[in-house]
Amino acid sequence: MTQTSIARDDATLDTARNVLSGASLIREAIEHQFEAVARAQDKRLAPLSDDLILLESGLDSLCFAIIVAELEDRLNLDPFSAAEDVYFPVTFGEFIDFYQRAAV
Amino acid sequence: MGCLRQAVAHALARDARATSARLMGATGGLALVDLVARTGLGEARAGLAGRSVLIRTRSQMGAAQALVELDGLAARLVLCPPDVAAEHLPAVIERAQVDALVTDDEALACHGLPTYVLAAPSEPVTEVAETRTSEWLMFTSGTTGVPKLVIHTLAGLTGAIAPRAPDAEPVVWGTFYDIRRYGGLQILLRALTGGSSLVLSEAGEPTAAFLARLAAAGVTHQTGTPSHWRWALMNPELALIQPRYVRLSGEIADQAVLDSLKAFFPQAAIGHAYASTEAGVGFEVNDGREGFPASLIGVDGPVRMKIEDGSLRIRSSRAASGYAGAEAALADGDGFIDTGDMVEQRGDRCFFTGRRGGVINVGGLKVHPEEVEAALNRHPMVRMALVKARRNPLTGALVAAEVVRTDAALAMDEAELKSSILALCRETLAPHKAPAVLKFVDSLAVTAGGKLDRQHA
Repeated sequence: MTQTSIARDDATLDTARNVLSGASLIREAIEHQFEAVARAQDKRLAPLSDDLILLESGLDSLCFAIIVAELEDRLNLDPFSAAEDVYFPVTFGEFIDFYQRAAV
Repeated sequence: MGCLRQAVAHALARDARATSARLMGATGGLALVDLVARTGLGEARAGLAGRSVLIRTRSQMGAAQALVELDGLAARLVLCPPDVAAEHLPAVIERAQVDALVTDDEALACHGLPTYVLAAPSEPVTEVAETRTSEWLMFTSGTTGVPKLVIHTLAGLTGAIAPRAPDAEPVVWGTFYDIRRYGGLQILLRALTGGSSLVLSEAGEPTAAFLARLAAAGVTHQTGTPSHWRWALMNPELALIQPRYVRLSGEIADQAVLDSLKAFFPQAAIGHAYASTEAGVGFEVNDGREGFPASLIGVDGPVRMKIEDGSLRIRSSRAASGYAGAEAALADGDGFIDTGDMVEQRGDRCFFTGRRGGVINVGGLKVHPEEVEAALNRHPMVRMALVKARRNPLTGALVAAEVVRTDAALAMDEAELKSSILALCRETLAPHKAPAVLKFVDSLAVTAGGKLDRQHA
C-alpha cells in the first residue's frame, strides 16, 4: 500500500466520521427539541425510539410545527419545505432520517 | 328551495340507494331517513317556531340533527362552534336576540334560556309548518373578543353544490373539519342534500382512530384544511383510506401539500376550494396546481371576483347578507366583500400571499397579532412586543414574537425570562395563539403615527 492511498483512506474515514457525527448531532438536536416542546406545551412524551409512530408520541400538530421551526433555526434545515420530498415521515426514526438526508 | 328537511327528503326520494345513507359518529349513527321522518324534540317543536335558537351541542351529530329539526321552523339558527369561550355567550345571545337553546347535553344550558334537549329522532314528525326562510348565523373565527355573527340562508349555503346525477356512484363523505364551522358545514350540506353518508369526528378522538373509522365506512370523498392533511400524511392509518376525491380548503394549499397528496393517493382527484364564512364558496381548482387561474377574475356569473388594493373581493349570491346585531357593513356599495386575503398575479395564475392586517392563519385558526401582543405586554419584564406570522410547512404559519425587555430584565437569564413570558401567554391564550417562537430584540420600529411598524417587520 502506497503513502498516497493511505492518506486518501484517512481522508475518506474523516469524511465518514464527520458525516456520522453530523448525523448524531442531528439526532441529539431532534431528541432535545421533542423533549423541550413537550415540556413547554405540557404534553406527556412517549419514550423516543426509532419505531415510535409520531402521532402516538403524545405531541399534537402545533407541537410538531414548533419543533420544525426550532430545528430550522438550530440546524438550518427545513426538509418539510423541500418540494422534491413528497413523503412525510411517520415514525420517529423516519423523522430523524428525513433531517439527516436533508443535511447531506 | 324548501327547508333542509325537505331537501334531504328530496334527495332520498331521487335515489333508492340513499335510504342506507347515515351520519356516522364514533359512538353511534343517524340514518338520513330517520332525520327526515322523525323528531327528537317531540311536542316541544311547536314551542321553537319563530324563535332565535342557539344550537350549542356536545357532538357534531347533535348539531346536524338540530339543523334539520330547526330549519324552516325557527327564525334563526345560531350555530355555536365547539371552541367558543363561555364568556362570549352573553354578547352572542344579545346580538342574535337568542331566546331558546337546543342542545344534546343538559349541562350546556346557559343564561336562563329556555332549553330543549334533543333525543334520538324517534317520534314521527307531526305537522308543524317548516315554511320559514330561517337565517343561519355562523361565527367568524379570529376576531378578538366576541365573534362576529354572519347571516346566511340555506339557499346561499347550498348555492355552490351541484345536484348529483341520479346514476352517479354513491358517495361517502368524510371531513376533518367541524361541521359547526363554514368549511365543515359545506360538507354536511353536501351529504344531506345529496343523500350521502358522512363520517363525523368526535371531540378528542385520536386521528388514527378517526382514519380507521373512515376506512371502515369506505370514505370516497375526504376533506380538510392543508394543515389537517399534512397532519394526516404523518399518520400510518392514512394508508387505510382510498378516497376518489380529496378536497382542501380553509387555508392556502401550497404545491408541496398538493404534490404529497397526489403521490399518496395517485387514483384520487385532488381539488382545493376557496371559501370564507362571509363571502361563501368562491371557486374550486382541480388542476393540481397551487393558486388559481387568473381567468376566473372578472367573469360574470353567480360569483364575481376582483382584486383591489391587493386583496380578493367577491360579489356572490352565496355570500352572507350581513352581521347580526352590528353596524359594520359586510359589502361595499357595489356588493363586493373584501375577503382580506391578499392575492398576487404572476402570468396567468393568481397566488394567495397571506392576510391583510397581518392576521395569522395557524392551521385554519386565525390569530390577531394585537391580541397576542396584549398578552405579552402584560408581563412586567416586557416593554413592548411585536407579533407576526412565521411560515411553517406543517400549519401554514406560526405565531412569532419579538420582545423588547425592560431595563430591569436585561440582567436576567434569557432562557428563564423567555419561559416565564411564554408561561404567562399560555395561561391567557389558546395554544395556537401563544407565540411558538420568541426572540429578544433591542428595539422595534414605530411609525410616525406612533404605531408599531408592521409593514417593515
